[in-house]
Amino acid sequence: MSSDLKDLYQEVVLEHSKRPRNFRVVEGATCAAEGYNPLCGDQLSVTLKLEDGVIRDIGFQGQGCAISKASASLMTGAVKDKTREEAESLFERVHTLVTEGPDKVDVESLGKLAVLSGVSEFPARVKCASLAWHTLHAALDGRTTSVSTE
Amino acid sequence: MSGPGFDLARVRADFPILRQEVRGRPLVYLDSAATGQKPQAVLDAITRYYTHDNANVHRGVHILSERATQAFEDARETVRRFIHAKDVREVIFVRGTTEAINLVAATYGRKHVGPGDEVLISAMEHHSNIVPWQMVCDAAGAKLRVIPVDEQGALRMDAVDALLTEKTRLLAITHVSNALGSVNPIKELVAKAHAKNIPVLVDGAQSVTHFPVDVQDLGCDFYAFSGHKLFGPTGIGVLYGKLSMLESLPPYQGGGDMILSVTMEKTVYNRVPHRFEAGTPDMAGAVGLAAAIRYLEAVGMQNVSQHDQWLLAYATEALQSIPGLKLVGTAPHKTGVLSFTLEDVHPHDVGTILDQEGVCIRTGHHCAQPLMQRFGVAATARASLALYNTREDVDALVKGLQKVKEVFA
Repeated sequence: MSSDLKDLYQEVVLEHSKRPRNFRVVEGATCAAEGYNPLCGDQLSVTLKLEDGVIRDIGFQGQGCAISKASASLMTGAVKDKTREEAESLFERVHTLVTEGPDKVDVESLGKLAVLSGVSEFPARVKCASLAWHTLHAALDGRTTSVSTE
Repeated sequence: MSGPGFDLARVRADFPILRQEVRGRPLVYLDSAATGQKPQAVLDAITRYYTHDNANVHRGVHILSERATQAFEDARETVRRFIHAKDVREVIFVRGTTEAINLVAATYGRKHVGPGDEVLISAMEHHSNIVPWQMVCDAAGAKLRVIPVDEQGALRMDAVDALLTEKTRLLAITHVSNALGSVNPIKELVAKAHAKNIPVLVDGAQSVTHFPVDVQDLGCDFYAFSGHKLFGPTGIGVLYGKLSMLESLPPYQGGGDMILSVTMEKTVYNRVPHRFEAGTPDMAGAVGLAAAIRYLEAVGMQNVSQHDQWLLAYATEALQSIPGLKLVGTAPHKTGVLSFTLEDVHPHDVGTILDQEGVCIRTGHHCAQPLMQRFGVAATARASLALYNTREDVDALVKGLQKVKEVFA
């Protein structure tokens, strides 16, 4: 396997795509949004419970490739018990990571999400990695319309 | 089945883009259903046109305009010959298949589809032969009806008679499915529709590249295709229409060249086909398309068709031998399109890993989302074949798929 491909499909990514965490609808969710990637037809929903500005619970459902599932799974773990502002800030750093690469962002602060760094070598896959995050952003914004990566 | 019927190595040598390495490996291009590669003859024809003959058509009195007009109208005749149209006026140059269908929707649709009417399409249509008809139906208060496909991806011919009713104003159907490769029995469908005085539009984007097409033999009223899939340039396409049909239609876009005279009070429209070609057309595109057609005629469309079936048989067997691989679209009559799913691996991941091996395929819904829903998948991986593909290309695909399985083991 080429080293770029190894970076993209790291063990953690493959593991999360096969056994996604928080793959469920959050009961009594206060925020929800649908994400959609018209390029491939992938669809994903995020439900979460926001209390006093803190994400107390979050889940996602839908179908997608290994990258989009792993990104969504890792995201749910990373933003749980974070404030809305912390989650938005994390989104920005992840976005920079997958679009511009690990040199442009404080990778340390990303924790497990750093495994998504390989995506930056695959421009065609950036939308896969960011779909769940755009959907989270829409859910926190209270937007009810579905978001699209196009 | 015997081999290609032409010198495959020589044909490959005619396509300069194939002579490159990508990602450190020889390029294996298996995405010709999305767009075809261009032979040197096409590249040369475009360069020659811009180098020696470029001017605007139909208007100038000078030598260059004469040459450009001649080249453009010669291209129209080349297209007529290729699809066996009766009259050169039956060939309208447009941007591509999509515009050709939209032209029919905007003219025929606007004139003939009214409240309570129906437009009939099939479940295997590309979005470009669904959305324009939804728009026509929405505007008119008409209904879109759909011929179903069976498990193998073949059209359910047994359902057609009941769907062609006195309310049906048009049957708009693809000749070959871009996502499955299924070939529809157009001649039979036209006979059924015409028996009830229903005109037929055929989306030929995926058929003209694979086998000879004779619009008079098919009997269809409209036939649409694109230059770029036919190994010609992008931005040019053709709408064939029966002369009597075209002459009965209102204009499409208004502008220069589609008129005979204009006063502020009244415009007299030009004759067919110019009536449907407002504005400066894509002259270089038409010249390039004609060069592509002459190239295919030299190879022989029968030979192209034989090669397609020869390679499809080889590829089908090779892919079916891969455990966990499921072909989507196994109609008895099909062209070189291999749409598949691989166990639980998403097509995007398949595509990325194959790309690292130098193998270009298409992944996604192929602009045929209703068809994907029919087969219960969001997307497939699709390898599509053309006259320049070899058994070695198929072998590289199979090897790449083993790699995919290793990564996701």
